[in-house]
Amino acid sequence: MINRTIALARYKGTFEQPDIFGYYGTFGGAFIPEMLYPNVEELKSNYLNIIYEEGFQREFRALLKDYVGRPSPLYHAKRLSEKHGATLFLKREDLNHTGAHKINNTIGQLLLAKRLGKHRIIAETGAGQHGVATATVCALMNMKCVVYMGEKDIERQAPNVARMKMLGAEVIPATSGSKTLKDATNEAIRDWINNPVDTHYIIGSVVGPHPYPDMVARFQSIISEEMRWQLKEHTGNEMPTHVVACVGGGSNAAGAFYHYLEDFSVQLVAVEAAGCGVTSGRSAATTQLGKPGILHGSKSLVMQTADGQVVEPHSISAGLDYPGIGPLHAHLFATGRALFLSATDKEAIDAAFELTRLEGIIPALESAHAIAGLNKMKLTAKDTVIVCLSGRGDKDMAAYMAAMGNE
Amino acid sequence: MGRLQQLFRSKNNNVLNIYFTAGYPHLESTLQVMKALEENGADIIELGMPYSDPLADGPVIQESGSVALQNGMTIKVLFEQLRDMRRAASDEGSGITLPVILMGYLNPVLQYGFEKFCADASAVGIDGLILPDLPIREFETEFGPVMKKYGLDFVFLVTPETSVERIRKIDALSTGFIYAVSSSSTTGKDKNFSEVELYLQKLQHLKLNNPVLVGFGIKDKGTFISACKYANGAIIGSAYIKALTENPDVKMTTESFLKTILK
Repeated sequence: MINRTIALARYKGTFEQPDIFGYYGTFGGAFIPEMLYPNVEELKSNYLNIIYEEGFQREFRALLKDYVGRPSPLYHAKRLSEKHGATLFLKREDLNHTGAHKINNTIGQLLLAKRLGKHRIIAETGAGQHGVATATVCALMNMKCVVYMGEKDIERQAPNVARMKMLGAEVIPATSGSKTLKDATNEAIRDWINNPVDTHYIIGSVVGPHPYPDMVARFQSIISEEMRWQLKEHTGNEMPTHVVACVGGGSNAAGAFYHYLEDFSVQLVAVEAAGCGVTSGRSAATTQLGKPGILHGSKSLVMQTADGQVVEPHSISAGLDYPGIGPLHAHLFATGRALFLSATDKEAIDAAFELTRLEGIIPALESAHAIAGLNKMKLTAKDTVIVCLSGRGDKDMAAYMAAMGNE
Repeated sequence: MGRLQQLFRSKNNNVLNIYFTAGYPHLESTLQVMKALEENGADIIELGMPYSDPLADGPVIQESGSVALQNGMTIKVLFEQLRDMRRAASDEGSGITLPVILMGYLNPVLQYGFEKFCADASAVGIDGLILPDLPIREFETEFGPVMKKYGLDFVFLVTPETSVERIRKIDALSTGFIYAVSSSSTTGKDKNFSEVELYLQKLQHLKLNNPVLVGFGIKDKGTFISACKYANGAIIGSAYIKALTENPDVKMTTESFLKTILK
């Protein structure tokens, strides 16, 4: 705790915004080959002007309300509160259209792409949630949509592949490297290099070269914007004592933390996927296992070998199965602004069953990690905790059924 | 004067730079390939350091990198292999006299330690570096001075979308040569060459201080000659790797491959 206070006292910038070069402290930047420079530069010089323009905000907010179903409820989970001996609220991103927070970002980026005159959208996806959210919005706005997905993930996530195809997207298997999310990201970036003029790349998390981490965080910040007034409605105070979210790349956490980043009385808690255990060799707990490095165009913490080759992580949750972490989160970790915990595959499964039986809510495996994180916090009756329930569990029924079979 | 500068002083057209991946097709192939390139008329050797996530490269080069990594290639192993490359053959060295540049991605180099990397590269006789994901700003503030300290040249890329102002800046920062990507494209893609020619003409008219070599899409004598019409030379990568994949006999493949380009 002392270290955290010192680090925070020394810190002079703001947590909300990177500097003009895209750095959060020592993390971020835009480490991209020259072939990507014009695309990224075009985005960088335009994104703030476009997204804070009145017409854009009107259209964005209207779609979030009428199409996505926002504001998503802030639900006082009484039985879960009883169990933990604190006041717990769930931010119900699982009730959004397409079943997760991902669509907040895809709507924002698609409206931006239209204003930049783009006609074709590309995206990467791991489990398929971001791919479905992208394909959905492309159908809505009549844009050509290409989604890159690791060959292995295509096999594992057949229902989401079918959804994307039904929505009119072309799903291209990434057959290089380890054939999973990181390779799908590489392929999407290559597509963008080869189609620099008419294509916009919708990155699904707060990763990638500047301005992506900042842009995605801003689109997801609607989550904490709502949390503040909703908590005030419930309790008379917009400040919780804790905000808890799972972190893979970190987009739902960035959204849930955003409007509390400068309120140091609020303890931010990020829960990473420990997989089979942090030291098991099959984990995705990047802050525990990663070192500073460069992945997908930004400097952050990266899971890698001693020789600097990126390693394949493991988590039962495909959405957390990523060997990096957004530069904002690396900075929150390095400065101590956020507390980083981790939950294993088994702890996440157990937490999912617990939430289901206590509150009648089947969470996504990703969000179940955040619920599992509560067990590792020493909560008291004075605490008011918001957990970001980033997605619903329909897509994870196979894993849950397998767990029931084992019981 | 460095080897690259000496080369361009004595030869300012039809300069042939061949790229290959260190440790491919076999871990011990590195020096064999370099010797074969020297013996068969290449002018510059561009040695690729394999990486798990090579964003700027296409499938052929990525695949060769995966094989090289499986073979056990690392930066440390590479520097051990290259230790005697400049020593004369009569002195149990490899007798490589051509300029040799290392091409790779920043992450493995950072893990090795950037200054140690530059020191070791310089010690074995490397002449320059290409790190496509190293941005200009970080080059100016952090990395460029270290390269300079160890006498390493640095090669930047330009594309058809790079503005004239930015090309001028890159020209001012580059030493060695400028790597003109023939289209905004990853390596190994076929190109419409007439569009490329317009772009190369534009570059030629800028009268840059550095020599220009054209990369990406050069695969045979025809594309090599076209590129050399407007630039000082060209870089061949994927096509040569493909040839090595089809026939892993390094000597035979290199001899016949270079013959088809240079005959």
